[in-house]
Amino acid sequence: MKRRTLLATAALGFLAFGGAAQAQMDHVKACFVYVGPIGDGGWTYQHDQGRLAVEAEFGDKVETAFQESVPEGADAERVLTQMALSGCNIIFTTSFGYMDPTNAVAAKFPNVMFEHATGYKREHPNVSTYNARFYEGRAVQGTIAGRMTKSNKIGYIASFPIPEVIMGINSYYVHAKKVNPDVELSVIWAYTWFDPAKEADAAKAMIEQGVDVIASHTDSTAPLAEAAKTNGAVIGFGQASDMAEYKPSPRVSSIVDNWAPYYVKRVGALLDGSYEQIDAWEGIAGGEVLIGEITDAVPADVKAEAEGVRDAIAAGTYHPFTGPLNKQDGSAWLADGEVSDDGTLLGMNFFVEGISGEIPQ
Amino acid sequence: MDFYGINPAVLIASLMVASVPIMLAAIGELVVEKAGVLNLGVEGMMIMGAICGFITAVHSGSPLLGFLGGAAGGAVLSLVFILLTQVFLANQVATGLALTLFGLGLSSLLGQGYNGIKPPPTGVLPLGPLADIPFFGRVLFTHDWMVYGSIAVVAAVWAVLKYTRAGLILRAVGESHDAAHALGYKVVRIRVLAILFGGAMAGLGGAYVSLVRVPQWTDGITAGAGWIALAIVVFASWRPWRVLVGAYLFGGISVLQLNLQASNAFPIRIPVEYLAMSPYLITIIVLVIMSSGRGRASLNAPAALGQNFHASR
Repeated sequence: MKRRTLLATAALGFLAFGGAAQAQMDHVKACFVYVGPIGDGGWTYQHDQGRLAVEAEFGDKVETAFQESVPEGADAERVLTQMALSGCNIIFTTSFGYMDPTNAVAAKFPNVMFEHATGYKREHPNVSTYNARFYEGRAVQGTIAGRMTKSNKIGYIASFPIPEVIMGINSYYVHAKKVNPDVELSVIWAYTWFDPAKEADAAKAMIEQGVDVIASHTDSTAPLAEAAKTNGAVIGFGQASDMAEYKPSPRVSSIVDNWAPYYVKRVGALLDGSYEQIDAWEGIAGGEVLIGEITDAVPADVKAEAEGVRDAIAAGTYHPFTGPLNKQDGSAWLADGEVSDDGTLLGMNFFVEGISGEIPQ
Repeated sequence: MDFYGINPAVLIASLMVASVPIMLAAIGELVVEKAGVLNLGVEGMMIMGAICGFITAVHSGSPLLGFLGGAAGGAVLSLVFILLTQVFLANQVATGLALTLFGLGLSSLLGQGYNGIKPPPTGVLPLGPLADIPFFGRVLFTHDWMVYGSIAVVAAVWAVLKYTRAGLILRAVGESHDAAHALGYKVVRIRVLAILFGGAMAGLGGAYVSLVRVPQWTDGITAGAGWIALAIVVFASWRPWRVLVGAYLFGGISVLQLNLQASNAFPIRIPVEYLAMSPYLITIIVLVIMSSGRGRASLNAPAALGQNFHASR
């Protein structure tokens, strides 16, 4: 399985560990390891935008370097060692599969800071982890989907049955159902992060069965390209990147992974000496999950409603997983007004009540 | 005429589209293998076809030129294979695998700056009233011309191999290059032409992916279709019409499994994994049957497959 976000182990404490604070530095070399090419238009592209934001923010005080398309596994360890030896002060490893190599190399270079995206292992004081709360964006998309569907059939192209993806599906469905009780959700498991032909076929299969709103948790724009062939009858959302080339329809909004604030914050902390080991999981409020422009293909009242959800989440007054919510088998999960804890979300392996279909085991 | 939300006419129509790339690549590889050459670089040639076709179509604005460019891209990459295996007599298996890796890398390089661009659309062939025939109209007459083109290629390859002198010579070269050489046929020249044809077909299949099926360019867009094409050739036991059946089977099962997943109404939930592995399972069963008996099927692999030829030996 390619990269990132397994997040499989549940009970992860969300504490900021009191790592050894570093001395102030005048100049930082920040290095990035990417799993794909920076031109992939999705995951790696967004990480590279974050790198450019670091350069723009600190100017002469930072120097950045990156390596693209680094295979996960043993090769990554070689690249990381090379980077540490070449004078990098902080190294961001941007894919789930770099988790073990990152920790292994970090043991050998205690003075170099390592930051691993979407992992959960922090075996050494110089390893931090970071991730984003994508399910918050799914709540906004679900609201739009529930209001916009004419057939009451909405679809979701899922990658792998892992907690992060299941979290997104549940959030999407819960919010569609909230505004449209008749809504039905179809889920297709693609078993890939990136296979444009398969993603296009999945979108096509849904469209042929009457689905008119398609969300995806795979990386390519293929589902949008397929939706574009219907001349506006089917809409969808940008994923990871804005995918603006499909505006104003079929792409009516998007979830953008915005890593810039986090990268700027961490490199800044290294420069001013306040750097500590952390385990970050920010969302809309922290600016890591951006909701791309909701286009005019969406009626004004729906747009306002969706923006209301976004703003409530950002303000912290609303959590996408607020009870009453039951699990798919009808057993109680959250009582009225109860909010899910992060541990349950990170280990999520069940659908909420109302979703037909099963999670492949 | 829906079965639990799945319309069979629509299902068959989409499997015909989904099968085009693997069918084209497989029929090209069939000709290559009939000539006694094993080229495992289909995936690399396909993706080169995908990017070359995409670039040509974007700059010329014509999907037709795009397909020609794709075929040319695949054929040009196969020249590398020709140079190494037919001139320098390198190992065909190793060279084929290297060709795939090379093609993936080179296509990524060529594709820099082509992300997020939409190619000119390839239209549906206007067949007028034919498309209005119930069921068959939707299944048979609502496609772009490449769908028909791919079937025509299979028919042409079948006819050439079975009925023409050129086909006979090609098969002779694949069965026994020494005998063909003794009869005065230019073994290397014939194999070069076969490999070029295989490259062009793989490139055409790749161009179909980037121009019609997905309409966009991204790294690794063919995502393993070339390997499936190789499996289909074996599955088909080197017979052209069985390539068509195999491609429809592989394409059909992948489309069917997505449709079954999308259908909330379907009463039985078949685990996705079983559907996803079924084409490969069938291939294995066919291989077992072929290699077990003394039937005609077991004799069908070209006898000189994978062996290099040099006139001095």
